Amino acid sequence: MVDYSWNVIIFQIIFPSMGVTLLMVLCATVLACLLGFCLAIALFWVGKHGLSPNEKCYATLNIVVSFIRSFPFIILAISILPITRFITGSVIGWESALFPLTVAATPFMGRIFENCFKEVSLDLIDAARSFGATNLQIVFKILIPATLPSIVNGGVLSVIQILSLTTIAGTLGAGGIGASALIYGYQSFNDKIMYTLVIVLFVLVLAIQLLGDYVYKRIK
Amino acid sequence: MITIENLHKRYHDTEVLNSINITIDDGDIYGLIGRSGAGKSTLLRCINGLETFQGGSIVIDGVDIATLHDKSLRELRKNIGMIFQGFSLIDRKTVYENIAIPLECWHIPKPEQKERIEKLLKIVGLESKRDQKARDLSGGQKQRVAIARAMVMNPKILLCDEATSALDPKTTDEILELLLELNKEYGITIIMVTHQMSVIHRMCTKMSILENGHCMVSGDVKEVFLEQPQALQNLVGILECNLPETGINIEVLITDEAVGQQFHSDLSLSLKKPYKLINSSLTHYREGVLSAFVINVSQEDYQDFLDYFDANHLNYKRIERE
Repeated sequence: MVDYSWNVIIFQIIFPSMGVTLLMVLCATVLACLLGFCLAIALFWVGKHGLSPNEKCYATLNIVVSFIRSFPFIILAISILPITRFITGSVIGWESALFPLTVAATPFMGRIFENCFKEVSLDLIDAARSFGATNLQIVFKILIPATLPSIVNGGVLSVIQILSLTTIAGTLGAGGIGASALIYGYQSFNDKIMYTLVIVLFVLVLAIQLLGDYVYKRIK
Repeated sequence: MITIENLHKRYHDTEVLNSINITIDDGDIYGLIGRSGAGKSTLLRCINGLETFQGGSIVIDGVDIATLHDKSLRELRKNIGMIFQGFSLIDRKTVYENIAIPLECWHIPKPEQKERIEKLLKIVGLESKRDQKARDLSGGQKQRVAIARAMVMNPKILLCDEATSALDPKTTDEILELLLELNKEYGITIIMVTHQMSVIHRMCTKMSILENGHCMVSGDVKEVFLEQPQALQNLVGILECNLPETGINIEVLITDEAVGQQFHSDLSLSLKKPYKLINSSLTHYREGVLSAFVINVSQEDYQDFLDYFDANHLNYKRIERE
């Protein structure tokens, strides 16, 4: 076991891998949020008590969402490698990891946002209909404003979920904190590096959660 | 004017509304009363197209609402406000923001929004709560916001779905008072769905009683209570008193307040016959009071009492023990 100095650990291992992880989390969150949001609106729109109920559409979407969510992430990432290569031109590097991360996180976020929308009382939607709101207006002027705090909460949950997925992506060549912990820590029998990186992850999760709680309190 | 003709609605195989015929004139306060599941809310929701129906027609000011779709249906809804039992506000938005939602949906310019909202806040008495969040309000205040929101597009009709059922008696009174005021000031037609008879008494000029999707009785509130049709008895329950086993029981209904007040002394002084007072009730209506007395008389005197009631044009009927 090589005993790296803290200087090396911090500036040559932690900082670069943290940069990669943060980039992955940020980009995957933005992508998965946008897509998950659209998915949630679609699910709610055609859902049983939705804006324009359609049993078949809902059943189809529902099955697709559950199907993707049933994959363990590592299996999902491996099984869609050809598509990843086709879309991103490569299978390694953090940019390539964005594709499987987005594919995995979108249904997760979609489901969470859908559940937020379901919390809205049906009377409130009826009230909006009763003054002549269109379905789109109901989404943007009623559903989203009414559920914004829950959406933020769900978003925080999703970001932390994505952070944990990036560590798995790291084992498949994406780099980042997960990969460093595995390669420099676990596989090199270097507990110092491994546990330091675990603490870094812990601090990241805590920071995300605190930031989310702060925003939640502000907008509630 | 709203004309509902031969309305039918089914959910799968269940008939929810069955040949409903109701006419509601402009400026009326019309009560729809019935037990839970009688179809009264469904009927109300048919009027603004929140529910569809399979047969019959609803014509509002000459427009058959079954012919309306999307845009034209939304235009219709703009002219029909609605309030609910659960207030249905966005809790994290302020009073002002909640009232503004319909105006935003209809792209009313901001200065006009402000003008309309401030006028309504004054009417519903919430000027001081303008910037408070809806979740910090009491039930009565929330319902006032909902009323303001329903009125902000200047509708001609206001639908109230159990609007006071979640409120305590005093707050209920205040909300009903506000609705009466809106009716008087702006001539708005109000249709109230309720299971509270007191709401009908206090507010309505006309009423219908619904039972299992059928409209059993329709008419002037006072007349319905005077005639005491079976549907009304089913709803309020047969007299909540034990009728004596001996003698004959007679119920007398009096609509004239003065006559009601004098009834017992007049009766005793004129007939000089003994009778027992079994039950008496006074019901206050929008216009006047209905007095109802149940008296018990002996077999021999029965005819004398009837002659007295006939001579004095009193409304009476013999009632039997269950």
